Amino acid sequence: MEITLLINGAEKKLNVEPRTLLVHAIRDAGLTGTHIGCDSSSCGVCTVVLDGKTAVKSCTMFAVQAEGHAITTIEGMANGGKLHPLQQAFYDQHGLQCGYCTPGMIMSAHALLQHNPSPSEDEIRFGLSGNLCRCTGYQNIVKAVQQAAQMLQQPVGTAADD
Amino acid sequence: MSVESTNLEPKGIQGLGKAIKRKEDPRFIVGKGGYLDDINLPGMLHMALVHSPYAHARILSIDTSEALKIPGVKAVITSRELAGASLAWVPTLAGDKQMVLADGKVLYQYQEVAAVFAETRQAAADGAAAVQVDYLPLEVVVDPFKATDPSAPVLREDIQGKMTGAHGPRRHDNHIWTWDVGSKDETDKALAQSEVRIKQHMVYPRSHPAPLEPCGCIGDMNKATGRLTVYMTSQAPHAIRTVLSLVTGIPENNIRVISPDIGGGFGNKVPVYPGYVCAIVGSIVLGAPVKWVETRTENLTTTGFARDYHMDIEIGATRDGRVTAMKVYTLADHGAFDAAADPSKYPAGLFSICTGSYDFQKAYAEVEAVYTNKAPGGVAYRCSFRVTEASYLIERSMDALALELKMDPAELRLKNFIQPQQFPYPSALGWTYDSGDYEKTLKVALDRIGYSELRKEQAEKRARGELMGIGISTFTEIVGAGPSKDFDILGLKMFDGAEIRIHPSGSAIVRAGTRHQGQGHETTWAQIVSEELGLDVDKIIVEEGDTDTAPYGLGTYASRSTPTAGGAMVLGARRIREKARKIAAHLLEVGEGDIEWADKKFAVRGVPGKSVTMNEVAFAAYTNLPPDLEPGLETTYYYDPPNLTFPHGAYICVVEIDQGTGEVRVQRFVAIDDCGTIINPMIVEGQVHGGLTEGFAIAFMQEIAFDNQGNHLASNFTDYLLPTSLETPRWETGHTVTPSPHHPIGAKGVGESPTVGSPAAFVNAVVDALAHLGVRHIDMPITREKVWKVLRQAGVDSF
Repeated sequence: MEITLLINGAEKKLNVEPRTLLVHAIRDAGLTGTHIGCDSSSCGVCTVVLDGKTAVKSCTMFAVQAEGHAITTIEGMANGGKLHPLQQAFYDQHGLQCGYCTPGMIMSAHALLQHNPSPSEDEIRFGLSGNLCRCTGYQNIVKAVQQAAQMLQQPVGTAADD
Repeated sequence: MSVESTNLEPKGIQGLGKAIKRKEDPRFIVGKGGYLDDINLPGMLHMALVHSPYAHARILSIDTSEALKIPGVKAVITSRELAGASLAWVPTLAGDKQMVLADGKVLYQYQEVAAVFAETRQAAADGAAAVQVDYLPLEVVVDPFKATDPSAPVLREDIQGKMTGAHGPRRHDNHIWTWDVGSKDETDKALAQSEVRIKQHMVYPRSHPAPLEPCGCIGDMNKATGRLTVYMTSQAPHAIRTVLSLVTGIPENNIRVISPDIGGGFGNKVPVYPGYVCAIVGSIVLGAPVKWVETRTENLTTTGFARDYHMDIEIGATRDGRVTAMKVYTLADHGAFDAAADPSKYPAGLFSICTGSYDFQKAYAEVEAVYTNKAPGGVAYRCSFRVTEASYLIERSMDALALELKMDPAELRLKNFIQPQQFPYPSALGWTYDSGDYEKTLKVALDRIGYSELRKEQAEKRARGELMGIGISTFTEIVGAGPSKDFDILGLKMFDGAEIRIHPSGSAIVRAGTRHQGQGHETTWAQIVSEELGLDVDKIIVEEGDTDTAPYGLGTYASRSTPTAGGAMVLGARRIREKARKIAAHLLEVGEGDIEWADKKFAVRGVPGKSVTMNEVAFAAYTNLPPDLEPGLETTYYYDPPNLTFPHGAYICVVEIDQGTGEVRVQRFVAIDDCGTIINPMIVEGQVHGGLTEGFAIAFMQEIAFDNQGNHLASNFTDYLLPTSLETPRWETGHTVTPSPHHPIGAKGVGESPTVGSPAAFVNAVVDALAHLGVRHIDMPITREKVWKVLRQAGVDSF
């Protein structure tokens, strides 16, 4: 069936089966930064942000259900050539190794910071507990989210997409 | 809280010891990594596999007719079709062979039975669901201790009655091999004469590396050129190319293996899996590219598991705590095929490092491997070939001995460490340790955690009825396989290669036979070259994983990259520097003997200010050469290391246990690692964080378990538990530096030390917390349920 998805501000017309998962639709639309890591909505590597504030594992949603919602993926985070503070902070703090969980982790952190702009370490750890990482042990990811929270609160706005 | 970035920008000359940010990260943080499933080729078909619901069953019939009616399904293959291409069975890395698709019977649950090819992923999945297979269930062997009972059913009918295998005689149809090392008689005698002896049985449970990116492959046979391109999530693309050539008969120069960005490997992406073979065969038969990406369930149930060692140890000591001898018997559950990924001469890997950091005069180890109705594997999961099992065994045992002797476990270790002056140290089981300073490292860890105060705190808490434990692990690793005199896989010697090409304008491309999966080679190889040649790191590109362009090498696993390819990188760079010296002499119009390499430039000895940079030399190598010198500035270097390297560390864990729920809370964990010379401290720390987290996972959560019918009980991430940010403890890390005397820059490798060393620290801490209740050992994973039962059995009140 024909659907139109609003991904990173651009309308994408897609022809999908009703059973097509949102993650497959996003990837088939050429946005392969959103990954797939499990069959059970456990790992979070497919996390995207819905309507600017809600982190959703895009394997838990059918593509058809996403019609009418604004979807932000990792590709929509940088503003032109300027990295989003979360992207910059993951780079600065060595918050990634193989990079596979990174897009989902950044999207979950993005949603977390929308709800809680200055989370404590425990709140960050709770907020990211739906996203698995096998490489980093999370410690530098937590530091990255702390750095990004600081950058986003600086008086000269550095937020990229909202 | 203020968070500052102290890591350096990867610009300019940045050599050893610099915490520069990773050169590979810019593409990953914007979602532009290129992983296998991101590759889509024109006309590409998709493959899905049919799996067995039974652990042991005869296949009576396979009906593919309904599957072939599904729109989009192009073909279905079974073992019969593979037999036509002589690919029904393929050799394993361990000298055994394994079915690609079930041939007459299935030997484990989820075994691959048929492959369906279709135009879309969905049609392939529908096709796989429509294949009808009739099975006759057979008696199942799950317990490895029952595998060699006289009445046990024969699992491998293909080798029934063949009582000699790749590693010697077999004593039962389900027995694979027995391997031993050391002197049994002398060890028995020394044990008999020991004043104190302890015995302990312990299980290192079956685990799975579970990288977040599943395994996958795209076979792309170009019938017009006869060239096969294989995209594969492989940690060892060169070895894969050679194996593919040997099993398919396609000349090796007509096979190109490309290993794209890999989303974690941890040993899981070393072997060749049936899905790879089927995707390649599908492409050859159907004349179109074929993609197969496994599901998480396929990953956990069919691809390389790790561990599953059932160990019995006996240690002798004097009453004042000096160890005398150790004897080990291990039963290894290898599953249905012996597909363990070990060097050929070592069917039990490097398990004979089990004497650890201690000066044992006598030792003997015996390992027996058996077949069971479980998936094959035995991969080196963040581990250098069974070092993890060995390290856990000795470090748990030292605590058991300390308890028996009523000695402090730190004091017992300090009393038995191999001393710095004993290096190079010949171990009782045949290794020559290169270097180490175990006492120094442990003392740094004890100071850092405040050991004596903690023991006081523990005594006070115990008096109040609270459960607190302190666990130590002072492990020695053995990595960097390896020297070609001893190490090969399928005959391929385990050296590794590096190629360095310097362009006229002073930038460079560097390639290696290794294949990183998050370890940061794109940064660390560039740092080595920057250090040795004085080039800017931001002008050095590192490329790995394409067998058409990279020099041969055996890949990245077992912490071997820095000891092998890292050595090749250093010596290749130095070879270039020697040629560059001639060009520098020509440019500076002095004799070569007057040139010195100082401050990362070529300078005229004794003449301040007269120097040329490597950039200037590079330009001259293409524009202004001395007579009789070959133009260009590049080299390929193959490095055959003279010995393995022996990283070590001292880890201390503090836990508290909730006596009501059995929950273990890790309060602190100090990890002091000694991996020799450090190339990038930021990356080393990151590796340690990740490795500790996997050690934590193994100690407390991860287990590949089966019921008594061979049903897999951990086939997805809701049953196979990985730690999230919530459970993962905060790690406190540090280093001592004892360089390897034989590695060109003294580096030893670090990626696996924390996974190898930490499980014993966790378990020792838990047992230490419960020892006064009579607890002597708890097998991993230490779940709340297990601890709760132990507490109730010990009569501890819940409240």
